[in-house]
Amino acid sequence: MSRSGWRKRLARAAVILPPYAWLAAFFLLPFVIVLRISLSDPASAQPPYRPLFDWTGGWDALMAFLGALDLENFETLASDSLYWEAAISSVTIALVSTVLLLLIGYPVAYGMARAAPRLRPLLVALVILPFWTSFLIRVYAWIAILKPEGLLNQFLLALGLISDPLTILNTPTAVYIGVVYAYLPFMILPLYAALERLDWTLVEAAQDLGSPPWKAFWTVTLPLSLPGVVAGSLLCFIPIVGEFVVPDLLGGSDTLMIGRTLWSEFFSNRDWPLASAVAVVLLLIVVIPIVFYREIEARRWEAR
Amino acid sequence: MIRTLAALAFGLALAASASAQERVVNVYNWSDYIDPKVIENFTKETGIKVTYDTYDNNEIVETKLLAGKSGYDIVVPSGPFLQRLIKAGVFLKLDKAKLPNLQHAWPEVAQRLQVYDPGNQHAVNYMWGTTGIGVNVKKVQERLGNQPLNTWDIVLKPEIIAKLKDCGVHMLDAPEDIFPNVLNYLGLNPDSKRNEDLQKAGDALFRIRGSVQKFHSSEYINALANGDICMAVGYSGDILQARKRATEANNEVEIAYLVPREGALMWFDSMAIPADAKNVAEAHEFINYMMRPEVAAANTNFVSYASGNLAAKQFVKPEILNNPGVYPDEATFKRLFTNTAYDERAQRIVTRLWTRVKTGR
Repeated sequence: MSRSGWRKRLARAAVILPPYAWLAAFFLLPFVIVLRISLSDPASAQPPYRPLFDWTGGWDALMAFLGALDLENFETLASDSLYWEAAISSVTIALVSTVLLLLIGYPVAYGMARAAPRLRPLLVALVILPFWTSFLIRVYAWIAILKPEGLLNQFLLALGLISDPLTILNTPTAVYIGVVYAYLPFMILPLYAALERLDWTLVEAAQDLGSPPWKAFWTVTLPLSLPGVVAGSLLCFIPIVGEFVVPDLLGGSDTLMIGRTLWSEFFSNRDWPLASAVAVVLLLIVVIPIVFYREIEARRWEAR
Repeated sequence: MIRTLAALAFGLALAASASAQERVVNVYNWSDYIDPKVIENFTKETGIKVTYDTYDNNEIVETKLLAGKSGYDIVVPSGPFLQRLIKAGVFLKLDKAKLPNLQHAWPEVAQRLQVYDPGNQHAVNYMWGTTGIGVNVKKVQERLGNQPLNTWDIVLKPEIIAKLKDCGVHMLDAPEDIFPNVLNYLGLNPDSKRNEDLQKAGDALFRIRGSVQKFHSSEYINALANGDICMAVGYSGDILQARKRATEANNEVEIAYLVPREGALMWFDSMAIPADAKNVAEAHEFINYMMRPEVAAANTNFVSYASGNLAAKQFVKPEILNNPGVYPDEATFKRLFTNTAYDERAQRIVTRLWTRVKTGR
């Protein structure tokens, strides 16, 4: 191989390596640690799980360590319906929220993409603006809005629309409001990116050929914006499944989500191994849609 | 150029030596649990800088300490957590020669604390209190009529608590504080770890879950003070803080804290030094300072919890000292009981029962 060939390879490696190193250090390694804890047993000690691996012990110690690992925690997860119910409830909340986000986010992104070009940067800035305030404070603000004597109820009472304050705070409705509010920018931005790049002359062509506006939208605009729909949905669905803050602050005590279950295993039971097993299952729930999406993408590329 | 570099290096060396000499102590305590002036005065007097962090539940402290290298020199966990952490070898034995102010400690409190810390070797009581019932007097009397209020009946009898449902009931999201009270009410050993007993307590709580609007460990302070809810099962000092806020707001909300006649759980928050603490000498100085009667009284006057310092009583404001919710009288004191840490099996049962109480599943 020639010198310049080596150099090219080296340059390529130098470019590719950092992202892989990043993933290995901050995703793969922590995951291996979590997986390893999920296979061990809880103990009343520091750290609160056993076995610990003794680096100085050599081969025998390694074998003894590996032999002490087992799947008991995953069996526990399967034996109590609580964990399944928590997982199903989390996925349901995430799915419903994602649909709501699409229904709200799509018209907003559409409006932004159809706005005058000089207005668009301003509109994007407005979508991003909430990030300047801490997420926690924004969720707290919803407590002040939704509580029985909060702003919303005062407003509705003043208008005479209701005679008694609505109970919204500490209910699933409040969780949906909070989640949809918090994740809306993550839905709007990918949708906007897809719609803004869209070749609108295709829509015009459809209309010129006699297609009514709804049909032009359904057969041209929507399919072309599908990558944005998928990206936005994944960007929202995945973190909502594991969401902890919003249901904790706005939801009632009966809001069962897997993030909360993980919390009580980790903090109340001090059962790090079982908590890690819940985390592994959560990761699988979240990874499956990604793999699914990649599969669809790959097929689309092959079809071209 | 070289001269600038040399100056820079010299400056850095100077800064390094200055920071090596600066004395610090890293304290991790409950939120709203100290008079801020106490920290200022401590630094003024000793030159020791205090980094003061707060938490609002024991679990966070326990997890940080179990993970190791928490970076804290003083933590203030509650009894059962203290007990478990001592067993896990997390705390240092105190050097009592460096704590002359221990002479002011309240012997009876220190003795009860021995349940968790045999021989009082690892911890010094900071504050103590009870877990009881806070009520919005007017609203509750409107709904319950002649029913006496100083009893767990108003919480644990489904037909009684149901009458309070519409005006709002909160309960601590802390099974280790609730279960002993329920067990005691049912005539069982409040410290029982037996599965049958725990199941009975869980069932009793399950029957009233529909009337409890929220299980939360701090929201009830404001909710009571604002008149949003009419009853809360909570910590003595927190409910008294709610009463103080309502009085200050002048909103015609009258809050009372009740130690039920069946008895109530007594809890202790105690100062301890993690074994891996870096500033052990400073931590001892801090604990010793906190045990000064005037200082302990300043904290009690600020947060409305009883201090574990007997000599502090003479400096405590009369309205706090004479409040049986803070400093119970002899007869009430006898009805208070303590609990010990759950073992892993009992903890798992309690957490699972508690999840069922909270979520219905």
